[in-house]
Amino acid sequence: MSGLKPGEVNLGTSIMAVQFNGGVIIGADSRTTTGSYIANRVTDKLTEVHDTIYCCRSGSAADTQAVADIVHYYLQMYSVQNGRPTVKVAATLFQELCYQNKDNLSAGIIVAGWDKETGGTVWNIPLGGSLHRQPFAIGGSGSTYIYGYCDATYRDGMTQEQCIEFVKNSLALAMSRDGSSGGVIRMAIITEEGVKRIFIPGNELPVHWEG
Amino acid sequence: TSIGIRVKDGVVLAVEKLATAGLLADGRHIVKRAREEAQGWRDIYKMPIDGPSIANRIGDYVAAYTLYSSVRPFGCSTLIATMDNTGPKLYMVEPSGLFWGYHGAAVGKGRQVAKTEIEKLNLEEMTCREAVKHAARIIYNVHDDAKDKDFELELSWVCEESNGLHQIVPKDLAAEAEQYAKASILLT
Repeated sequence: MSGLKPGEVNLGTSIMAVQFNGGVIIGADSRTTTGSYIANRVTDKLTEVHDTIYCCRSGSAADTQAVADIVHYYLQMYSVQNGRPTVKVAATLFQELCYQNKDNLSAGIIVAGWDKETGGTVWNIPLGGSLHRQPFAIGGSGSTYIYGYCDATYRDGMTQEQCIEFVKNSLALAMSRDGSSGGVIRMAIITEEGVKRIFIPGNELPVHWEG
Repeated sequence: TSIGIRVKDGVVLAVEKLATAGLLADGRHIVKRAREEAQGWRDIYKMPIDGPSIANRIGDYVAAYTLYSSVRPFGCSTLIATMDNTGPKLYMVEPSGLFWGYHGAAVGKGRQVAKTEIEKLNLEEMTCREAVKHAARIIYNVHDDAKDKDFELELSWVCEESNGLHQIVPKDLAAEAEQYAKASILLT
């Protein structure tokens, strides 16, 4: 699975995005590893590609940074030439890059944001470069441990506050179980008003059963 | 002569189809380029190209042919009719590369008279069905019997009734419009 070269830095990761009426909540852990060494324990995996469009990065740190930078550039050009891009436009740009370069990339990206045409939307782009619109999406190595929890907990039509709790609790569980995820939880609330960041330090994480 | 009129719920294009040489080839070349631009846009953004963008692309393309001595400018103006979730739009690109959005536009030999006729219409409130009739009438009116041979009227539209797709106006409506047009020239 991993196209990572020896010595390359890995965003082990637990990332997540949830859509609600009026916007999206995105969240991620903060651990970057090279093997078992934690190269960065306070990483910001939530990257802006436009005013109200963000992406959550998992996989190779270098690959995802490069792809996000390219999409950021394209969206800058798009916005001066054609007006505000929709989240779908951003997601399809990510998809083009991830699919056409699938042999050379190791990038699992979740694109989420708000636009006037559709409101909040979440798009999941797993390793092969396929595009999936979903009400909520999870990604990264830590996500495997929370599929059951998320499927059992998610309900349609949650409020902004309920979504924040959902993301917080899911990521905390993933970080607790996955060795490649940990540190702090970074979240962002994206609505018509803009982006509001939330920071939850390691000692304030929700605690699930720890035996 | 060719005209385009943008109304409340769509855009209607009407063309006086004559057998002409030279400039028709220029027109075909521009259409080919427009198709390539539109497809290219779809490939990248996975959505249809919007009016302002395609007009801009064609404008840039046509303008490029005015820059170099080794090529000549295109010998035709292009009318572009689009429909998307922001509404119907009509653009006209001139051989210089200049383009604007229009409510009504006319190109070709009878454009002066056609423009005058279009200005008399209340386009804001008109529907596409009405517009088709008026477009047909105007083309018949400006056709110069003395100078040109017989012509064929071609009507196309893009509107809600056509599901936002550009299509030839359905036969029954087109026939009705032509009848209305022929009747109106008998009156003048």
